[in-house]
Amino acid sequence: MKIAVLVKQVPGSETALPILGNHKWIDEEQVSFVMNPPDNFAIEEALLIKERTGDGEVVIVSMGPTRVQKVIREGLAKGADRGIHLEEDGQIQTDPLSIAKSISSILMDENFDLVLTGLQSDDTGMGQTGVLIGEMLGMSTGTLAMETDVQDSAIRVKRELESGWFQWVKLPLPASISIQSGLNTPRYPSLRGIMGAKKKEIKVVSPSDHQTDAILQSIDKVFVPQTSKQTEMIEGNADSAVTRIIEILKSELKVL
Amino acid sequence: MDILVVLEDNRGSLHRMSKEAIAGAQKMGGSISALAIGVNADAMAGELSGVDITEVITINHDLVSSYNADGYSDVVSQVIKSESPKTIVAGHSYQTRDFMPRVSAKLDIPFIPDIISMDDGIVKQVLNAKLNALVTTSADQVILSFQSAMFSEEAMVTGSCLARSIEVNLDSSIVRSEAEDPFQEDAGDVDLESAELIVSIGRGIEKEENIQMAFDLAKVLGAEVSASRPVVDSGWVEPFRQVGSSGQTISPKLYFSLGISGAIQHVVGMKGSKNILAINKDPDAPIFEIADYAVVGDLLDIIPKLIEALQTEKDL
Repeated sequence: MKIAVLVKQVPGSETALPILGNHKWIDEEQVSFVMNPPDNFAIEEALLIKERTGDGEVVIVSMGPTRVQKVIREGLAKGADRGIHLEEDGQIQTDPLSIAKSISSILMDENFDLVLTGLQSDDTGMGQTGVLIGEMLGMSTGTLAMETDVQDSAIRVKRELESGWFQWVKLPLPASISIQSGLNTPRYPSLRGIMGAKKKEIKVVSPSDHQTDAILQSIDKVFVPQTSKQTEMIEGNADSAVTRIIEILKSELKVL
Repeated sequence: MDILVVLEDNRGSLHRMSKEAIAGAQKMGGSISALAIGVNADAMAGELSGVDITEVITINHDLVSSYNADGYSDVVSQVIKSESPKTIVAGHSYQTRDFMPRVSAKLDIPFIPDIISMDDGIVKQVLNAKLNALVTTSADQVILSFQSAMFSEEAMVTGSCLARSIEVNLDSSIVRSEAEDPFQEDAGDVDLESAELIVSIGRGIEKEENIQMAFDLAKVLGAEVSASRPVVDSGWVEPFRQVGSSGQTISPKLYFSLGISGAIQHVVGMKGSKNILAINKDPDAPIFEIADYAVVGDLLDIIPKLIEALQTEKDL
C-alpha cells in the first residue's frame, strides 16, 4: 500500500495575524506556523493503515515556501518514510485548481494507492484539494472519513453525513480520501523518530517544475470582520457577573 | 440561464440549505434554474412549484437514483455543459463538499466554497474565521457554495416555475463506489431543534467532572444541554447533543454557551439563535463577536454561584 498524505503548514491558532500593507494577505514574517491540525489525523490514519496492512510506504507531500519542510519533517518523525516538497516562491497560491494541478503533476508518476488529506486547511479553508486531485488522477473519492477499512483492491470508509448520520462506502483503489478530525489519536514523534527523520529523504521540486500559469481564483483582500451585533461586555468578579446574568435572564430575555 | 442551483435531497425532501441557496440566487438576480437529481427529483420540484424561478430540471437515472459522488459529479457536469449557466450555486453541505470539487476539476471551473456574503463581492472566512477574504475570479463561469444560514429560506420569493425532465447518458462504468444505506448511531431522545433554551458546553469546561455543573444549570433554567464537537469527541456528552456543521443546527430563544471559543464549525450550527449569552475566559474568543452578552470570566467560578442565585430566585 503506497500512501501519500497531503499536509499544509498554517498559522497557529494562537498567533497574531497582522494584515499586510497591501491587504492581500497576512504578514507571514510575523506569524508562527504549525501543522494544519486536521492533517495530523490524516498522517495518523496513513500510519495505522501501513501498520495494519503490514507493508507499504507513507509519503508526506506539502507545497509552500522552504518553511513547510518543518511539517514534512514532523510527519517523517512520526514514522512516514519520505517527503516531497513542492517549493513555492513569493506569494503563496490560494487557487485550489492550480494547487491541485501542481500536486497532481508530481503525484502522477508515483502511482499511489491512496491519497489522504485532512478535511480542510485552517488558513484558506477551501476544503477541496484532495477531491480535485482525486478527479485529476482518475481516482475514486470519499470525504469526511470517520473510519477506514482497507481490503484487497478497495477501501471501505465510514463517511460522516450531517445531523448524526453515517454511511459506509466502498471505493476501489486508487482513492483520494479526506479524513474527519477526531477519528484517531495522533501519535507524538518519539526521540528515535525525530533522530531518524533527519536521515529520511525530502525531494524538493522547484517552482518551475510544477507551477501552472492559469490562476482562476485569488484572494484580493483580507480584512477584520465587522460585527453588526451590539455586544455587551460583562467583566468583573464572579458575583457581579452573576447579578448581571440574573437581571438579563429575568428582565431582558424574560426566560425565568 | 444565469444561475443553476444544484438541489440536495435530504431523505425525501429538499435540504434546508438548498432553499437558502434558492433565496440567495434570487437575491443575485437573473434567470434561475434548479437541478433536482434522483428518485425524489419530482418531489423536490414539487416543493419549489410556488417559488419564483424559471424552472426545475429533473433527472432520474438508475445510476443516480441515490447520491453518489461519481454519478452526481458526472450528471452535474453534463448539465453545466449543455445549459451553460454563468454561476452554479449550492448550499455548503457535506454532500456539496463531497462531489462539487470533482465538477470543478472536470470542467476547470473554479469552486469558491463556504461564502458568507455576496453584497460587496464574494466574501469567505479565512484563518479560522478571524479574518474575512474578498475572493475574485477571472473565469467566465464559477461555482459557489453558501454557508449555512447565509440566506434565510423564508426569504424565498414566491411565484411559479416550470418543471422540465431531461435525459442524461451515463455509462455504468463511471459509478465505481458502492454505498450502503445511511444510518444513525445513537439518535437519542433529545429534541434540540425545538428547545427554547439551550445550555451549551465547550472545551472551557475543562474536565469531565465539571459536566454535571452544566446539566444542573440547564435543569434550574428548564433548558436542554448541547455541546461543541471537542466535548463530544472526548466522550463527555452524547453525540446527539452536538451542535455545529457535523451536528445539529438550532435557533433557540436563548443560547447560553459555557466555555465555547466559537470555531466556525460550531458557529454555523447556532448563529441563528435569537439571543446568545456566552461565558469565556478569553476576551478575544470569537464567540463574543456574535454574542449579545459576553461574560469574561471563569465559568467554574460563575456557574455554581449562578445556579445558587437562580435557585434562590425560584424559591422566592
